[in-house]
Amino acid sequence: MSERDASKEASQSFRVPGMGSIDTTRTITFTFDGRIYEGHPGDTLASALLANGVRLVGRSFKYHRPRGILSAGSEEPNALVELRTGNRREPNTKATTVELYDGLEASSQNRWPSLAFDVLSINQLAGSVLSAGFYYKTFMWPAAFWEKLYEPVIRRAAGLGRAASEADPDSYDKVTAHCDVLVIGGGPAGLAAALSAASAGARVIIADENPELGGRCLAEKRTIDEMPSAVWAKHAQEKLRSTNEVRVLTRTTVFGVYDGRTYGALERVSDHLPVPPQHQPRQRLWRIIAKRVVLASGATERPMVFGENDRPGVMLAGAVRTYINRFGVVPGRHAAVFANNDDAITTIADIQRAGAEVVAYVDSRKELSPAVLAVLSEAGVDAILGGHVESTTGTRHITGATVRTADGEIRNLPCDLIAMSGGWNPNLQLATHLNARPHWNETIAAFVPSALPPGMAVAGAANGLLTLAEALASGAQLGIEAAHEAGRPAVEARSYSTTPEASSIAPLWRVPETKGKAFVDFQHDVTTDDVVLAHREGFAAVEHLKRYTTLGMGTDQGKTSNVNALAIMAALTESTIPAVGTTTARPPYTPVAIGALGGAHRGRDFKPERLPPSYKWAREQGAVFTQAGLWLRPQYFPRPGERDWQETVFREVDTTRNAVGICDVSTLGKIDVQGRDAIKFLESIYINNWGSLAVGRARYGVMLREDGMVLDDGTTARLGEHHFLMTTTTGNAAKVLQHLEFCRQCLWPDLDVQLAPVTDQWAQFSMAGPKSRDLLRKIVDSEFDISDAAFPYMAAGEVAICGGLKARLFRLSFSGERAYEIAVPSRYGDALIRRLMTATEEFDGTAYGTEAMGVMRIEKGHLGAAEMNGTTTAYDLGLGRMMSDRKDFIGRTLGSRSGLMDPDRPRLVGLRPINPKHKISAGAHLLPQKAHRTAANDEGHVTSAAFSPILGHTIALGLLKRGPERVGEIVGVCDPVRGRDILAKVVSPEFFDPSGEKLRG
Amino acid sequence: MRINCPCCGERSLDEFVYYGDADLRRPDPQDEEAGAKFIAYVYERTNPSGFHRELWYHGLGCRTWIVAERDTRTHEIYATCRAVDGGAPEGAAADRERS
Amino acid sequence: MTTNDRYSIFSILRQAWRGNTGWKPVWRDVAPKPAYDVVIVGGGGHGLATAYYLASQYGRRRIAVVEKGWIGSGNVGRNTTIIRSNYLLPGNVPFYELSMKLWEGLEQDINYNAMVSQRGVLNLYHSDAQRDAYARRGNAMRLHGVDAELLDAAKVRRLVPFLDFENARFPIRGGLLQRRGGTVRHDAVAWGYARAADRLGVDIIQNCEVIGIRVDGGRAMGLDTSRGYIGARQIGVSVAGSSSRVAAMAGLRLPIESHVLQAFVSEAVKPFVGGVVTFGAGHFYISQSDKGGLVFGGDIDGYNSYAQRGNLPVMEDVCEGGMALMPRLGRVRMLRQWGGLVDMSMDGSPIIDRTPVEGLYLNAGWCYGGFKATPAAGLCFAHLLSCDEPHDVARGYRLDRFATGHAIDEKGMGPYPNLH
Repeated sequence: MSERDASKEASQSFRVPGMGSIDTTRTITFTFDGRIYEGHPGDTLASALLANGVRLVGRSFKYHRPRGILSAGSEEPNALVELRTGNRREPNTKATTVELYDGLEASSQNRWPSLAFDVLSINQLAGSVLSAGFYYKTFMWPAAFWEKLYEPVIRRAAGLGRAASEADPDSYDKVTAHCDVLVIGGGPAGLAAALSAASAGARVIIADENPELGGRCLAEKRTIDEMPSAVWAKHAQEKLRSTNEVRVLTRTTVFGVYDGRTYGALERVSDHLPVPPQHQPRQRLWRIIAKRVVLASGATERPMVFGENDRPGVMLAGAVRTYINRFGVVPGRHAAVFANNDDAITTIADIQRAGAEVVAYVDSRKELSPAVLAVLSEAGVDAILGGHVESTTGTRHITGATVRTADGEIRNLPCDLIAMSGGWNPNLQLATHLNARPHWNETIAAFVPSALPPGMAVAGAANGLLTLAEALASGAQLGIEAAHEAGRPAVEARSYSTTPEASSIAPLWRVPETKGKAFVDFQHDVTTDDVVLAHREGFAAVEHLKRYTTLGMGTDQGKTSNVNALAIMAALTESTIPAVGTTTARPPYTPVAIGALGGAHRGRDFKPERLPPSYKWAREQGAVFTQAGLWLRPQYFPRPGERDWQETVFREVDTTRNAVGICDVSTLGKIDVQGRDAIKFLESIYINNWGSLAVGRARYGVMLREDGMVLDDGTTARLGEHHFLMTTTTGNAAKVLQHLEFCRQCLWPDLDVQLAPVTDQWAQFSMAGPKSRDLLRKIVDSEFDISDAAFPYMAAGEVAICGGLKARLFRLSFSGERAYEIAVPSRYGDALIRRLMTATEEFDGTAYGTEAMGVMRIEKGHLGAAEMNGTTTAYDLGLGRMMSDRKDFIGRTLGSRSGLMDPDRPRLVGLRPINPKHKISAGAHLLPQKAHRTAANDEGHVTSAAFSPILGHTIALGLLKRGPERVGEIVGVCDPVRGRDILAKVVSPEFFDPSGEKLRG
Repeated sequence: MRINCPCCGERSLDEFVYYGDADLRRPDPQDEEAGAKFIAYVYERTNPSGFHRELWYHGLGCRTWIVAERDTRTHEIYATCRAVDGGAPEGAAADRERS
Repeated sequence: MTTNDRYSIFSILRQAWRGNTGWKPVWRDVAPKPAYDVVIVGGGGHGLATAYYLASQYGRRRIAVVEKGWIGSGNVGRNTTIIRSNYLLPGNVPFYELSMKLWEGLEQDINYNAMVSQRGVLNLYHSDAQRDAYARRGNAMRLHGVDAELLDAAKVRRLVPFLDFENARFPIRGGLLQRRGGTVRHDAVAWGYARAADRLGVDIIQNCEVIGIRVDGGRAMGLDTSRGYIGARQIGVSVAGSSSRVAAMAGLRLPIESHVLQAFVSEAVKPFVGGVVTFGAGHFYISQSDKGGLVFGGDIDGYNSYAQRGNLPVMEDVCEGGMALMPRLGRVRMLRQWGGLVDMSMDGSPIIDRTPVEGLYLNAGWCYGGFKATPAAGLCFAHLLSCDEPHDVARGYRLDRFATGHAIDEKGMGPYPNLH
């Protein structure tokens, strides 16, 4: 038999009229490697390629051997293609799972220059050099060549398909669902389970990875309740779809089992279409919380391990039946069937019915049951019992099989298809995701689930019940039980009638004598020789075997290879299969697009934006915004004619220091503290004293972590006898609230104190500068006295503004200027900022952003996040004197550990450059002036720096070893990553108005 | 993982913040051994493989601190209660413990 | 090591000629002897490296490594393979830099290709504050003689053009680059050290679980194991996430919590990610293996766990970060998700020290960063076991540093293991 060239094949010449259940009345076109082909709706890419006689579909990973289509499902190791083009290109897509649509474009991958002629197939010739793990033994000399030569060459050959080079244009969706019973898999067992559970009134979700429910009902020629199984499945699906409280999720793979009975599932909403319809996602991630689960995920057929078993045309027997019975495609004209079990027998009749010839039936078993023998004789095929296929012939497609008979005779059988079956492995992956180990079932020669995740039961083939009758019965029973356990009434499981079937097996893990490479893992080119070598080198434990040979690490997750490899290793080590190891799977069951797991959280929507109350107004002003956690805060407000941000910031600082500036400080955390024990509570969490704070006054406070490090600072105002309002820094608002709730609920549950976060409830604006009170006077209703006598520095109270709007007023200052903060309910924030800005015109005031605020706070030596960095104590930051010695507070005990009291610790200082033109940047390190620039001389670092327009040079805060003792000393400011090394003078951290005159007015 | 908040009902893991061992008690700062006791309290952990009483904070919910009894090998949660209520009675905890 | 045993292109060709039938086991399968001078508990990367350096650098003999399963079954085979020495604090930088230098000569040293690949580690920053923090870190590295470069956005773009520079919620402003950082084939580290140690006479004993530590008069005498009692003059515990369990056998409580850290790998695609990239505005970092798989990860799951598996919200969080940083990943599929037990210490830094039990030594607290430390941890632990005093670069890794207030807290998170 000669090899066929696809181009000479008439269109769909392997399609068998009258067979299959797909709609052949409509014809659609698709391309593979640029050639146009025809197929039908309902086809997979694989079935359509086979219908057109295309057998060579891909190249293998290491040896670049020609590969075809092995399976008809998601276990496919060989037929991987790049689907779609441009920014929708999907590498490594299994042709067996791609639904055909009109205009589909696919290309082969990992080949150059073409699929038919691939230069790297030369790797085959070096097969014994490129044995398992060879790369661990070479490429070591000379050392520098690895990155420069060896690795680039390896990386050029690495990978399978190409990822898209542009952003994914499609959207993804996530949804959470709850149900009584989740049925995983819509084959006979799953359908029976879902029908049962639904009949008991349960809320059911049934999910199946195929576009229709039915599973092997659609792939086999069987009867259920006197109906063809495909018809029965169709009725069952319709019934489920019309039942209330049942949700049918087709094209949906349950890919992972997680704690708390949570199941991850991926619904391919639009993958069967050229592009997603408008307002539809490409895929949807389901998080399903199920009280009970029936796992009915079926089984996967094992290949036979014989020589050259990877050639296109060697196919799983079950897949052959699927192509014939479901798609009406016969994958060859002259077929040999090679099996070790009864199930494969039905393949013969299916092939014959499709008009193709069965040249031989080869069974490694010498003796078969009378029933099976009767089938063989009825079919009239040449049965070679106790025989093996040893090897195949052909190059890009098989042309024959070399068979050794029981008495040692070698026969060459011309054929273009070998349908093989080494038995079936239950798809128990989901049963093992929570670490349960399966156990070995000798009868079916496969692992079956043993311990199960909470709430899960396993039905049908997934539980090793391989016949249709068992699948239906176990599904029906477990569906009832699951519904009942989920709280639904107990009902009787119904029974189904089916035709009898045989299912015995005598395992054959590898053909004893083979010619050529015998592949165990097709995708990663792992052969029996590699398993033997792994054993020889001591990699006999299953995980060693997998890691050393890369077996089972491919995109198919070893679904067709793992058990064969374990069995071969067991034979080598003369132990049992379970002794070598078991196959526990890691999620996901089939690979999941990263885009689906990311959902809508990408681009600008990666995280929510928190917008301060003046956001809209600030936008209108053309403000530039900066990120502060999730907040967007105005960084500065450029005005026409200003050259750069620096000029704008100078103007904002200058205006604030000389007139008035307004800043939105709503982002600071605000926590309402109330209760009879509120004072006691504050005393325990702050380092300083609070007992003497009068109603109507505010105080600066510092709190520590229990380990003695500064946690946060801020002011807390006493609004009433038992009512306080605490502010935190913007960045620590949530952390401080959590800390306070911990203290209140876990440490001191007996204290009468309640907390409420009110950050979002209040819009708060700071007005700073010598004209701030004049500005304030314009909006505070006249009956309120805001004179310095009535409302001095650190006063706090309730006022009314703008004719009766209740507001809170605080006289606080971060800038060092006379300053007030006014707070109104958030909904008035926008109106208030507009009113303030109008009122400020007469004072030539300005709005200022975080940049100007940063400059002014450094000028005053106030602390920021760079100083309170989680490794500084109150002493380090010059706050040691605030610590009360009359009380306990969080952090006090451990704050006095010797390491934290060490006088050599870096402590807060100010720095100014010796040469005023020099710039100091945060992150620079501090060293003695003339010391060598090495770590041994490192004495600290610059925490914050800014150019002070008032002083005309850079100013900085830093943490310097014994800092406060060294005021006046000159130190080196060393910044090698920015190529700077200058000198600075150590000064007090208060650069501006150290006496605080301006503050008090 | 899903945690049963005594106030809100069962909620997904991502609403909670973990804090660790719920059986640690903040020592009396007046204790003569306060220094050593605080070091043990803040830094030393039993870290068992198996039954664990632990604190969770329902930060994206009602802000309740919760004591959960959970198996660190299986992530199964046996019981939850509010931390202000001091956790489940010790007898009940011991009964649920699995070796 | 005899020349016959040496791995090279020549040995490969010679063996290929003979059908690969002449290869020897990479390490001997041995049964435990009644007693050893040193028994290392834990056949992971650290334990095997310790045994190798004990024999090769400190001339120790009668050494065994006992492993409850198969060697390399813990974190050395579960991590995301990154090596780097881009640390901030003086307690850490010299240690990790020693490790980096050992990586750079490792393959020639142990005659095993672990594919040490210095393709660079880039940490992105997205704000001025982050930039300054990275400048501080980069400067600390430079002062220690470690390579570090602070890049602006334009330079980052030239280096990794495939990131989202146009439409990001947190725009990329630049990055801190350590060109000598990179990746190593993780399993090969365990196998390579095992082979090299084995050649020096170290007994590697698999399927040997420690079930008790015999202590007499404050002194460790030996180990009860699933394969019988093994006497030992010195016991070095190097068991990562199981540290608390093993230490408890000697009555010790450690400043450690065991947490689960997830990792992920995609299907193999043609390489386009050169080095390691770390997102600064989300929990995500990524590199690409020589096989083509994108290897990525994020934050720890954040609660005590011995389950070696992760949960869905964290996986989603990591992939959200991935899509925010590299939206071209959308159609690349995640192939596998797994978890490792990490020994989170109370300050995020490790412990290599004696314990209050004489003869019992501890190497633990590696958090999620133990892999890159493997050579130095092995060397420093071997030093401690042989000289009974810490190696110069590991002086800060003391067990009593919490009591004295000398925590080594890179992130400033305080005594909350799940925040480090």
